[in-house]
Amino acid sequence: MSSSQDTTQRTATISVLVDNEAGVLARVTGLFSGRGYNIDSLTVAPVDAEGKQSRINVVTTGTTMVIEQIKAQLDRLVPVHRVSDLTREGPHVAREMALIKVIGTGEKRVEALRIAETFRARVVDTTVESFVFELTGASDKIDAFIELMRALGLAEVSRTGIAALARGKRTI
Amino acid sequence: MSAELTQSGAEILLRALKDQGVEVIFGYPGGAVLPIYDAIFNQNAIRHILVRQEGGAVHAAEGYARSTGKVGVVLVTSGPGATNAVTGLCDALMDSIPVVCLTGQVPTHLIGNDAFQEADTTGITRPATKHNYLVKRSEDLARVVHEAFYVARSGRPGPVVIDLPKDILINKAPYTEAAPAHPSYRPRLDPEAARIEEAVALLKQAKRPMIYAGGGVINAGPKASEALTALVRATGFPVTNTLMGLGAYPASDPQFLGMLGMHGTYEANMAMHGCDVLLAVGARFDDRVTGRLNAFSQGSRKIHIDIDRSSVNKNVPVEIPIIADAGRALDAMLREWHATPGKADAPAIAAWWRQIDEWRGKNSLGFHQAMQPGTIIKPQYAVQRLYEITKARKQEVFITTEVGQHQMWAAQHFKFEKPNRWMTSGGLGTMGYGLPAAMGVQVAHPDALVIDIAGEASILMNIQEMGTLAQYRLPVKVFILNNEYMGMVRQWQELLHGGRYSESYSAALPDFVKLAESFHATGLRATSVEQLDDVIIRMLDCDGPVIADIAVDQKENCFPMIPSGAAHNEMILGPDHEATNAVVSDQGFALV
Repeated sequence: MSSSQDTTQRTATISVLVDNEAGVLARVTGLFSGRGYNIDSLTVAPVDAEGKQSRINVVTTGTTMVIEQIKAQLDRLVPVHRVSDLTREGPHVAREMALIKVIGTGEKRVEALRIAETFRARVVDTTVESFVFELTGASDKIDAFIELMRALGLAEVSRTGIAALARGKRTI
Repeated sequence: MSAELTQSGAEILLRALKDQGVEVIFGYPGGAVLPIYDAIFNQNAIRHILVRQEGGAVHAAEGYARSTGKVGVVLVTSGPGATNAVTGLCDALMDSIPVVCLTGQVPTHLIGNDAFQEADTTGITRPATKHNYLVKRSEDLARVVHEAFYVARSGRPGPVVIDLPKDILINKAPYTEAAPAHPSYRPRLDPEAARIEEAVALLKQAKRPMIYAGGGVINAGPKASEALTALVRATGFPVTNTLMGLGAYPASDPQFLGMLGMHGTYEANMAMHGCDVLLAVGARFDDRVTGRLNAFSQGSRKIHIDIDRSSVNKNVPVEIPIIADAGRALDAMLREWHATPGKADAPAIAAWWRQIDEWRGKNSLGFHQAMQPGTIIKPQYAVQRLYEITKARKQEVFITTEVGQHQMWAAQHFKFEKPNRWMTSGGLGTMGYGLPAAMGVQVAHPDALVIDIAGEASILMNIQEMGTLAQYRLPVKVFILNNEYMGMVRQWQELLHGGRYSESYSAALPDFVKLAESFHATGLRATSVEQLDDVIIRMLDCDGPVIADIAVDQKENCFPMIPSGAAHNEMILGPDHEATNAVVSDQGFALV
């Protein structure tokens, strides 16, 4: 009874197993835009040997009633096989990868490299004036790293959005 | 096998349609679909009805589908053919009508080149359909057609588009039979036993129960309506129908409280407001039904049967969700009702009925028709006489409507005893729906009486379909309640916008009698009350299509009315009743 009055927002990581067919991503994103739901992050790629099925990981924010509605709406799409609310169904791991370009010379450049080592970021491209760091981890770790790079010549960021799986033996 | 391989895509398409039991297609030709029309020319199994505009084809298929329970089929060309179909697709999506729409497309090598009559049909129709397909290999064609029919009719029904590039229709390929099961789309049909037990236990405790049944009961087939009727009678509980659900329960039955919602009866809305247990079946708690959400049936515990999980807890939280086919769930509840000890709380239910009868005493659908010759006709009276005269004829009657005041008066004053007899655009509210829908109904039921109750504004939105009626000798009767206004717009302008009737007057109307005659139909007119019965009888006696232009009171408003943003107990009852406390709030003012 209380869920309609419950205005607390929660963030949900939802994984969706879909047929890897034309238009399926548009169908999912169209569902979110058409019904006014948020997309904080979205990733998609084929995940089986034949490339017939894709996994979409979507991070969204809403009230419990809205999140439940999103899951129900996803579940009734014809090419959708499974919908899993990783946030609700037990512990899960969520990771993303980012490429971060930092431009600078002198002390700032040295400092950027030192912080990158602390974060275990890899240097994947170097010139005398720039680095491209590759960093994998939880989104907040990547956020923290990017924040630190701002003062040190942060030039450009490219992030994948999150990939997520349930912990333990559970599968979608 | 070699014979199989010689089939073109168009021939495969026709064969798949035939295998799906298709008897009729509503369509309009064009360049991209010429191979299909060639295949149609070379066979006799499937009949093609040539409409006058593609939008009419989709509504016709909806009328056909709604009145038969079968899937309606549409065939249109690429580009404008497909875009003209979009309104009908949205309409079918909102009202859960099973339709398969075949759209032509430019050849695959031209897709994306802005070719002549090219449109991104799958892109445009994605949010307007339950599902859609672009066929890229002739080998996939038969499979896709079979799958499309399965998707359209299964679970919560809806429209499905199959986009067909011209080369796919020309290339040859082998035929494939329908697959036994769909890989991912398998809606749940049988209810969970534990939920049924909980629901029946709750119903047996109820002191002020209410049953609210919608279009889902109609979609679940005539047996679901029988199951609903059996459950209502076994329990002795009151029942109301949504606009889409009319006919799911016999309207003449004393346990029927009439339609609920914005223009529902006083007793239905007050019972919704005051009930302590609410059983919703195949209904989706839409805003026309609930009024202000935070005041909707606050004191009730709710059971919701729906085949679509996303309909449950969407607008109104419910205690007992039952995801199942409406007919199967109702059957299970009836069995459980008889199998478990205990009955309904008879004294409490009797007291509840006394309260309901008091509400009924308001006679919220009442109106005054002066009978002196020369008096203007009240629109409600016109519908009432149409109902009474057709009822006396003992002929199967199917009613379609356009959208607006006349639609609500038809819903209020025409009584439906059976499902599938009432075709109206409920969710999308599409003016221009009624005439083509009636056409589709008449094609499916050639001997029945099919009447489009229309307004003079709506009817002009698809008036071209009069040509189709003439060509196929479809004796549809168009019964226009002509008040020379877009009546519902005028009513809202009167009630909400200070009587500033901005652009709602139907100026420069055609002479509907002459218009009918120019389309090879019969035109009739009634302008005062003593002419009405005669015009109705002449209309019904005519064996061809008729337009009956009924001049009605221009100032009549449709009551009762729950104003936007108001609660069920804040109805406006109309000029005969004491003023209610209903006021339109600022929030309500912004609602549609």
